[in-house]
Amino acid sequence: MAVEKKILKELYTRTLKIRLFEEKVWDLFGENIVPGTLHLYLGQEGVAAGVTTALKDSDWIQSSHRGHGHVIAKGADMNAALAELLGKKTGSCKGKGGSMHITQFNVGVLGATGVVASGLPIAVGAALSCQMRKTDDVVVCFFGDGASNNGTFGESLNMSAIWKLPLVWIVENNFYAMGTPIKMTCPSATVAQRAEGYCIPSQVVDGNNALAVYEATVEAVKTAREGGGPTLIECQTYRMKGHSRFDPAKYRPQEEADYWLSPEKDAVHVIKKIVLEQGAMTEKEAEKIRSTLQKEVDKAAEFAKKSEQPAPEETLDDVYAEAI
Amino acid sequence: MTEMTYRDALKAGIREEMLRDERVFLLGEDIALNWGGAFKVTKGLAEEFGEERVRDTPISENTIAGAAVGAAITGMKPVAEIMFGDLIALAMDQVCNQAAKMRYMFGGQTSVPLVLRTPFGGGKNIASHHSQSLEAWFMHTPGLKIAVPAFASDVKGLIKTAIRDPDPVLFAEHKLVYDKKEEVPDDEYLIPFGQAKIRREGADVTLWGTFIMLHKALEVANELEKEGISVEIIDPRTLVPLDTKTLIDSVKKTGRLVLVTEETKTGATTAEVAAIVQEEAFDWLDAPIKRVNAPDTPVPFSPPLEDYFIPDNKRIAQAIRDIV
Repeated sequence: MAVEKKILKELYTRTLKIRLFEEKVWDLFGENIVPGTLHLYLGQEGVAAGVTTALKDSDWIQSSHRGHGHVIAKGADMNAALAELLGKKTGSCKGKGGSMHITQFNVGVLGATGVVASGLPIAVGAALSCQMRKTDDVVVCFFGDGASNNGTFGESLNMSAIWKLPLVWIVENNFYAMGTPIKMTCPSATVAQRAEGYCIPSQVVDGNNALAVYEATVEAVKTAREGGGPTLIECQTYRMKGHSRFDPAKYRPQEEADYWLSPEKDAVHVIKKIVLEQGAMTEKEAEKIRSTLQKEVDKAAEFAKKSEQPAPEETLDDVYAEAI
Repeated sequence: MTEMTYRDALKAGIREEMLRDERVFLLGEDIALNWGGAFKVTKGLAEEFGEERVRDTPISENTIAGAAVGAAITGMKPVAEIMFGDLIALAMDQVCNQAAKMRYMFGGQTSVPLVLRTPFGGGKNIASHHSQSLEAWFMHTPGLKIAVPAFASDVKGLIKTAIRDPDPVLFAEHKLVYDKKEEVPDDEYLIPFGQAKIRREGADVTLWGTFIMLHKALEVANELEKEGISVEIIDPRTLVPLDTKTLIDSVKKTGRLVLVTEETKTGATTAEVAAIVQEEAFDWLDAPIKRVNAPDTPVPFSPPLEDYFIPDNKRIAQAIRDIV
């Protein structure tokens, strides 16, 4: 597939944007101003960047519990996103959601969820809605390898297939459900094989290569938009950090971690190399993109830090459309 | 006014809303052409509106509920049917963790205008997995509204309100009232949530209850009238929001309260109502609040066992006599 230069540059930009955002989150966490826990997207940036670059603005994504990258890649306002992580009134969820519910509906994010595998049924409904309302929008559902062991995986893949829904299933296989390796919980060599039973075409791609993810998603989205039904794409990737805030991920074999976390496999490095080699961007342009994004992220962090806390009694707001 | 069954009144309400708003659609197991719903509530609607808007699903309760959520947050007005109330256990995550919480945990960014219809209650000798009364589970979940229509004249106005409501509504029905007949208004009418109805006026004791127990209570009240005991009967019609004013006003008038539901006793809706009344009307009570419920057991199968389980007219009458 010949990919336009501006798309290549966009893939680099989105991958890097997520990286810089998450590095900032990690720093803020180090300052001890991020309440609760975090599921960082560091390492998996190529997946969200590649997938979302294949979408149009009105397409929807369903996020998971590791959702920062999805939301940022879909174009979320970073001020509101970082403010949400700090629990501020100016956060996109007014401080009611935090890391696990980081969401911005106005850019087409249906929600991030703290219950693994709970997003799949919601994606089915959103795709059904797109189909019934006769839009040409598609829905992309992100979930992890661990979620593919949950009952909703079977229910939802099945329903998407029988109704030929405009839906793309993105499995982010980072090989660990918290600390449990996928090979202990899944008998097949890939998660993608599981789609066969539902007559859903599938493929496995290198999730650390945003271009490979993009190319696979473009095909899947085209099929979905044209009424051809769902596709499942397994993006193999790896967490740079542990599952959550305090997890050093010592359960991962050193050799495996060394391979995945080597500079050559790094998602930012991979896409930068491709884009430079294909002449879509110069080293100087790459630096300019980086410095522009870094400023944006730094400004967002300042905004988040300076934002006011929610008033305690706001606890009672937004349970119902009108208070009962 | 036309005399019709609860079932037909319910169907008429759904039909009117489907005619009024093309975003309204139905999904559930065996609700369309071949069956028309296990209790025939939707019979004929697939013929009239087509199988896209009256949609049979696989046996996948969690994804039925989740698909309703996903459709609701993207512009549709789904009415999902769970064939038996007991089977909502399979959909609890989508109902209680997703539908109920989305408005709140996303800071008011979205509404979840869905209706989940399901029948509760025993009396048909279909044992522990098809007979429970589980409304208290949902009363304990902020973010849901709960309708509990017991009469044909109410069910039509309540389903129409439920479908138009911007929040998720658990629309609880009861298997033994589907065939009960009443005069139902021919013109369009909506019954606001949170308005109880005094089904019978009385002076000596207030009886608050739900579903088939209200039908039994009306018979009991007619019997006790002959003994000189005047019973006021209140149907809350919705549990969330709960009309406490009508109840408290009645208790202040009669000074006595009997609470009657088919739920198992511990943690039932009656426990909550008793607590509210002692908080708000303690000084007006002339006797302890009496509760009439099922015993704390699963619902048994054999007729003599189930007859023992479900509160009958005798038990209701005895509870009233005990405090008058």
